Order: sequence, then C-alpha cells, then structure tokens
Amino acid sequence: MNKEIDEIIKNSESLIEMLQKIQKIDGYLYFERLFYLSEKLDMSLEDIYSTATFYNGFSFNMKGKYQINICLGTVCYVKGSKELSEEISKILNIKDGECTKDGKFSLDTTRCLGCCSMAPVMKINDDIYGFVKKEQVKEILAKYN
Amino acid sequence: MERIRITVGLGSCGIASGAKIVYEALKEKTQKLNVQIVKVGCIGICRYEPIVEIYKDGNRITYINVSEKDVEDIIEKTIKNNEIIESLSLKEENNNILNDPFLKRQTRIVLENCGKINPENIDEYGGYKALRKALKMDKDEIIHEVKESKLRGRGGAGFKTGDKWSLVKASAGDKKYVCCNADEGDPGAFMDRAILEGDPHSVIEAMIIAGYAVGASEGFIYVREEYPLAVERLKVAIKQAQSKKYLGKNILNSGFNFNLELRLGAGAFVCGEETALMASIEGKRGEPRLRPPYPAEKGVYNSPTLLNNVETFANIPIIILNGSAWFNSLGTDKSGGTKVFALGGKIKNTGLVEVPIGTELKEIIYDIGGGIANDKKFKAAQTGGPSGGCIPASLINVKMDYDNLKEIGTMMGSGGLIVTDEDTCMVDIAKFFLDFAVSESCGKCTPCRIGTKRVYEILDKITKGKGTIEDLENLDNLSKHIQATSFCGLGQTATNPVLSTMRYFKEEYISHIVEKKCPAKVCKDLLKYKINKELCKACGLCAKNCPVNAIIKTDDKYEIDESKCIKCGACFNNCHFKAIEKE
Ligand SMILES: Cc1cc2nc3c(=O)[nH]c(=O)nc-3n(C[C@H](O)[C@H](O)[C@H](O)COP(=O)(O)O)c2cc1C
Ligand code: FES
Repeated sequence: MNKEIDEIIKNSESLIEMLQKIQKIDGYLYFERLFYLSEKLDMSLEDIYSTATFYNGFSFNMKGKYQINICLGTVCYVKGSKELSEEISKILNIKDGECTKDGKFSLDTTRCLGCCSMAPVMKINDDIYGFVKKEQVKEILAKYN
Repeated sequence: MERIRITVGLGSCGIASGAKIVYEALKEKTQKLNVQIVKVGCIGICRYEPIVEIYKDGNRITYINVSEKDVEDIIEKTIKNNEIIESLSLKEENNNILNDPFLKRQTRIVLENCGKINPENIDEYGGYKALRKALKMDKDEIIHEVKESKLRGRGGAGFKTGDKWSLVKASAGDKKYVCCNADEGDPGAFMDRAILEGDPHSVIEAMIIAGYAVGASEGFIYVREEYPLAVERLKVAIKQAQSKKYLGKNILNSGFNFNLELRLGAGAFVCGEETALMASIEGKRGEPRLRPPYPAEKGVYNSPTLLNNVETFANIPIIILNGSAWFNSLGTDKSGGTKVFALGGKIKNTGLVEVPIGTELKEIIYDIGGGIANDKKFKAAQTGGPSGGCIPASLINVKMDYDNLKEIGTMMGSGGLIVTDEDTCMVDIAKFFLDFAVSESCGKCTPCRIGTKRVYEILDKITKGKGTIEDLENLDNLSKHIQATSFCGLGQTATNPVLSTMRYFKEEYISHIVEKKCPAKVCKDLLKYKINKELCKACGLCAKNCPVNAIIKTDDKYEIDESKCIKCGACFNNCHFKAIEKE
C-alpha cells in the first residue's frame, strides 16, 4: 500500500498536492498513510496535520461509496437548499459529515459548486443535479445502488 | 457544400442538465453527414441547458432544453430539411440566442467566446494575436496601454491593474512570478468558472503578456478544486499552448521564456486573499500574512509577484488588440470596460450578465433579469458575497461601479448579484454570512476568530426571538471593532453584511426583537402555524404528516397544539387546500 505513496511523493509539487492525491485513494485521509508520508518526508505528523486540517477539502472521516454534497452557497441557500440536506438526513438517518453504516452514502455540505443559476444544487460523486426539489430527493438517491 | 457546425454547451451546468448524452448522440448519428459536432463552454443562461446550436448558411439556430430523444428530429428536420422545430426553439427573432432579451442588452467582451468556441481546440481561439502584437511592443508601452484602459481588478478590491503591473516591473529581482487568482470563493459567483471552462486561452494568453511586460518567467494559476472541469480544460489548454510555442522557451522567437503551472486549492475561502493564496501555492497552510511587503515586492517564494483575477486577465488580450481608447470608451470616467455579474436568487432570468461598468442596477434586474420571480416584490440585491452588503429597493437606480457601491455600504466584489424578495429575511441572510465567516476564519487573529462567532451568536439569538434592544448596539459596536482590528481582508469585511442590513433594514431587526415576529416568515422559532377553518376540508392529511402528533381533531376540524408544534412545516407543505397559514 505504501508504494502508491512513494509514487505520489515523486510526482507532486507540494504537500497539498500529495494530500489531495492520497485522499483520492481512500476517499479520506487515512492515518496510516499520513504516518508513512511523515516518515518519508521527514516531516512531523503535526506539521502534516496542521496543513491538512486547515483546508475544508480534506476529510478524516470515512466517506461513502456515493458522496453526497449539498450546496449551501448563497444562491442555493436563498433557494432553500437547507431543506434538501434536512430531507437527506431524514431519509438516510445521518448528519452532515457522516456516513451510513453500510458505507454506501456520506453526506456533506459545501459552499458553491459554481452552478448557481441552477440552484438549489446537489452533487453525488461527479453527478451534479440542479433545480432539485425536496420531493425528488428520494428518487435521485434510488439511482445509486 | 459548407460543413454544418453544431455546438453543444458542455460547461458544468450543461453537463449537469444532461448535455453529454445529447453530445454523444449527435456525434454518433451524424457520422455520415457533413457535420461537425463541437463542444463549447457555458453561455451563461443555465436554465436553457442543454443548448444545441446549429450554424448553417450563415444562420445561427438555437435549440434549448434539448434531450436525447430530440436528436433524431434535429438531424432529420433541421439539418437535412432546414425546418425549425418549434418546440425546441427560442421563439426569438431568427431563433438565435443572441436575440434573447437576456443577452441582447448585454455587452459581451470577456464572455464573447463562451458558448461559441471549442475551449479544447486552440485553433478556434484565434492565434494568440494579442501576444504576437505585445511581443513587438515595448514593455512600458504595454503597461501604459493597460493603465490608460482604466481596467481595475475584478477580484474584488478594484485596484488599478496598470499600476499593479508597473509596481511589479519596477521591483528588483531576477525571478518574478505571475499568478492568476481562480479561487472564486464568493459562493454565488461563477463567472470565473465560465471563463475558464469556456475560454481558457484568453487567460493563458493574458498571463504570458503580463509575464513579458513585468519581467516574469513563471506563472501559476491557483484554481479551486471544486471546479474539476475548469481544471481539466486548463490542463488541455496549457498543453496546446506549449505545443504551439506560446509557452516555454523562446516564445515565438522573441527570446522570452515563460512557463505556466496549475495549483489546486483545497477548499478554504481565505486562500482567495492574496498572501494566503501565495502560502497555499507553496503548499503550506493558507494563512494570510501582514502587508507590507506587498506581493509586488515579496510574493511567491519571496519573489516579486503579480496577482490578478481571472476576469481581470481575460480583459487583457482585447485591450492589447483594440487599444485602451476603445476599451475605456465603455464604462465610467474612473473605471473602464465591463463587469460580469452572476445574477441569481429570486429573479426570473438567472445567469451571467456582462454590462458596461456604471450600468444601473435597475436595468440589470428588470430589463435583463426580467424582474422578480413569481411576481413578488424586489427587496434588496446582495453584492460582494460574504464581504459585501445589500442594495435596498430605494437605491435601485445606483450605477454599478466600485466607488458608488462602496459609498452605499457594499462592494463590487467578484460580481455575485443575489436578488432577494419579500420572502427573504435580512436578519437570516446576515446570519448566513456570519456563519460562513465563522467557519472560514482561518483562526490566526482574535477579532476575526472570536469576534465573528460572538456576532453570529447575537444574530442567532435575535432570529430565535431572544434578542434585546441592547443587542443592536452591541452588534454595531462589535462589527465595527472587528472591521478595524482584524488581520486580513476576511475579518475586515466579514461584518459588512450585518452593518449593511442594519443600515437599511433596521425595522426588520426590531420586529424580531420587540414583536418577536419575522416579517418574511423565515425564522422558524418565530413562526406560528394555524389552520384556517374556512379552508380546511378536514381531510386529516396534516395530522397524518405531523411527526410529533401536534395536530388534533376537534369537532369536525383540525387544530394545532402550539405547545407540541416543532414548526417543521410538514403540515404546511402537505396541505392541498392552502388551509395551513404561517403567522
Ligand atoms: C477573504 C478574501 C477572499 C478573496 N477571494 C478572492 C477570490 O476568490 N478571487 C479573487 O480573484 N480575488 C479574491 N480576493 C481578492 C484578492 O486578495 C486580490 O485582491 C485579487 O485577486 C487581486 O486581483 P485583481 O487586482 O485582478 O482583482 C479575496 C480577498 C479577500 C480578503
Ligand atoms: S450557490 Fe450553490 S452552486 Fe453556487
């Protein structure tokens, strides 16, 4: 498993880039990998963590097979996206930042996906859904199995 | 016969609407025809996506909201038989999207190519003519042109671009950098995304010109990772520019060398601030640092650095080509050219609007935006994102430029323009932005880290009906202190949304505090749900949907037990007879 990290270190320009690539492997930053990275870079684990925790883009919790992101940017907020996240919380019985027990879905909120004129917007992995109505949420989730 | 060109809008928004499937279907079904299927960026009217346009015999026919099942029809009717499909057409003059009232009144310079050319094909961009011209000009002459154009930074503060360029040029140092701020942190603004996805070469060309003018040999584009498609298109564009020798060593045999690299953000609003951005480019925590020294003296890796926003750069090639006089004939005395606004919120026509600087807000909202959705009343427009403020209906004639907006307590910002109506609560909006500030404060300085939290708490109290009149004074005081004492621009502007809404909507704050009422009926804790007995048909649907069994049957009608009600709105949303009323 550490071979991948050696490869990443070799091909990256900065710590942030390394962390971004490492996160792609597991969907979140797995402690063992950071530990290995710290040894390889001869950099303290604290320094790595202090950079990683600074950015919202890094996660230390397990993510689902399908990562749901609800946009809570200004436009989406004004158009009621908070209701969408509440609805999903209700359906999947998880809170913001959590993952379902079977590891299928995780729910996060994000600030602006740049599709504001389709607000409210949600994203599941790479699929973006615009003009989402609360009633459609169930149907959308059903597509992911 | 001339080859027919068919374009499909494949920006993020087009793809989200299913344009990829349409694109693939068109490609597959036109293989044997003399037709070229081209992917283009976002034209900025996302509600029309997927957009398919047919360029044939000098005409441009626009079809909107196209789905896969329409593809056959488009080929058989329009491509083969010149027949217009009414159900897909725009119904504007000549069925051309440019005649749509939303686009017709715009002045498109920066967005000109978006939705028209293939961003992944450098040949469609047009030969880097501005770069060719610039490389034959004297460096000072280029900077002089930029100064004369009266171009000001589109990233928010409106700093004079020409002045910045000459500062960097004058800085001593062998190694200099040119950086592009593509962090687009204002939630609600997406013009930078549209430019990067739709016309990436305009930014790359501008950065090379800037590098030449200020004496830099390397450049970085710092782009947020939330824009994967923009990153992809930039990568392609940089490769193509390298292969055409616009990037690399001895560019176009001028002896000038310039390399360009991408750096991805990792989701931190503060990284839009220039010193934080540079720390992040170096791979560190994106904490801001004190200025001076300014980036023009000490920026990336402590070398003189020029930083401009995406839209700022996108104006450069046309200034070089058409001259500063042409450019500054648009705009106002103090500020030349156009500004792109991302018009969103409770407005009929949402999308990207590019108008000369100094255009009246009223024109943007009513003539271009088509007025407020659902025939509601215009309440205010929010500009400048989390650092800005609002423009109330009484000031709708304001001419949108940097100085005017500052005077009325808001700012141009990056161009987010969010329209609110009578159903939007201004206290809630202020709370929304402070919540944003609390989570995005980097924590380096106390006023911003703790102050914004305290302001948020007071606002939260007010929206829950627990505010007192003294809170208003505290809010004002605290907000001004945070403004005056914060370390960087984030904290210095974070309380603007509070000060601005208090300035124009004080009575709304007072209603929350004194009458314990939210006039816009947004703040849940202040709402009361009631059943209108006249309208109630006693169907029982509300009682069935109530999660806490707060709705009980009395005689032949239903009633809500206020002590049990959690104000979730389930009854309101489920009633077929509009018998549930909010109060
Ligand atoms: C908290 C904060 C966030 C910012 N975010 C952005 C941003 O997302 N994009 C941007 O271009 N400028 C942003 N700026 C402004 C930049 O610091 C800088 O002034 C700008 O990129 C300079 O380019 P310009 O002169 O072309 O506008 C931000 C400033 C602050 C204080
Ligand atoms: S605010 Fe949600 S996509 Fe921009």
